[in-house]
Amino acid sequence: MATILGGIFTSHVPAIGNAIAKGLQHDPYWEPFFAGYGPVHDWLHVARPDVAVVFYNDHGLNFFLDKMPTFAIGAAAEYRNSDEGWGLPLFKSFEGARALSGHLVEALVADSFDMTVCQEMLVDHALAIPFELCWPGAEKWPVRIVPIAINTVQHPMPSPRRCLDLGRSVGRALASWTGPERIVVLGTGGLSHQLDGARAGFLNPDYDRYCLDHLGDHPDVLAAQSALDIVELAGSQGVELLNWIAARGALGDHVVEITRNYHIPISNTAAATMLLECREGANLKQAA
Amino acid sequence: MNAPVATLPADARRVIPGTPIFGPDEAARGYRLNAMCFSFNDAANRSAFQSDPLGYCRRFKLDAEQTRAAVQGDVPALIAAGGNIYYLAKLAGIFGLSVQDLGAIQTGMSVAAFKQMLTDQGKVH
Repeated sequence: MATILGGIFTSHVPAIGNAIAKGLQHDPYWEPFFAGYGPVHDWLHVARPDVAVVFYNDHGLNFFLDKMPTFAIGAAAEYRNSDEGWGLPLFKSFEGARALSGHLVEALVADSFDMTVCQEMLVDHALAIPFELCWPGAEKWPVRIVPIAINTVQHPMPSPRRCLDLGRSVGRALASWTGPERIVVLGTGGLSHQLDGARAGFLNPDYDRYCLDHLGDHPDVLAAQSALDIVELAGSQGVELLNWIAARGALGDHVVEITRNYHIPISNTAAATMLLECREGANLKQAA
Repeated sequence: MNAPVATLPADARRVIPGTPIFGPDEAARGYRLNAMCFSFNDAANRSAFQSDPLGYCRRFKLDAEQTRAAVQGDVPALIAAGGNIYYLAKLAGIFGLSVQDLGAIQTGMSVAAFKQMLTDQGKVH
């Protein structure tokens, strides 16, 4: 049966993509952020995942306001990046884990998560930058993917509770998959930041640390708030925390923190990285 | 222009100071503006806007205020006119504005002061 190895949570600030393209990883501005990935690389080297299930949000590359799904899942053999309009380098394409996507769609809808299913789905920096951070310099991505996009563009957004429950449903579905895949879960975005309005530049280290401290062992306290509560506490775009909450849900009840990093600022963002490893047996218990 | 019909559920009308909430009313009001910005994912469309901004806004049937603000790259006015920041970022890119530039404009700070404000928030802890 499939193994859920753990979850990687990371900011996906576009400027990171440009910094990588320019080789600025050891620049004084960037070093404190990139240094946080050493333990992630070490863990990935040992864990050897071959599939990544990625919770992220689209920033107006694939989805427009004409049709904005609250939860969308990819069911494609390939996912491409494309021009996002403001000068990011193009990212490598991703191979889709199509059979696993099909299984997840069946399981999620049966579990009353009525997903929008996408056979064509451009993936933006929010999906690609975490891959560049996790597998720097890879000629070809070592994992196939199942992308799951959560609407963080337009209110009303799904509640944190619903996102956590979605993640838990994904976790149960992964645990019931009979394939041999070694699965890592990614949650991207955040932490606190706000681009728009007179409060632009708002960061909230206290709330960010609260989230980092509770994500592993007490994710339900993060799900007790509304999406607008998160907007107030973490900023308009800090609501990308929803991706982290959903990804956490997919990891089962018991996780152990392997590493974390927190650094202000990267661009306008409080940047964070966290790696939670699944404890053996956690997923079986969750599936029961 | 007709006043937008209030369709937001009670919770979505919550006011968070200095924080635009992009809900159904804003999405309706800004639909064409955001559609124009979405088109800027294509380099040819960015060029078309740059060579004829007014004509490009007409193609998307922007109203007078949206057109003025789009041609001038007036991002705060575009947000007030129903623009969503994720789509507006593509227009801001045409004007060469970074998110720090946008932050400075919206807070009334210099860009240097805005960047320092970001850095200082990391020093407290």
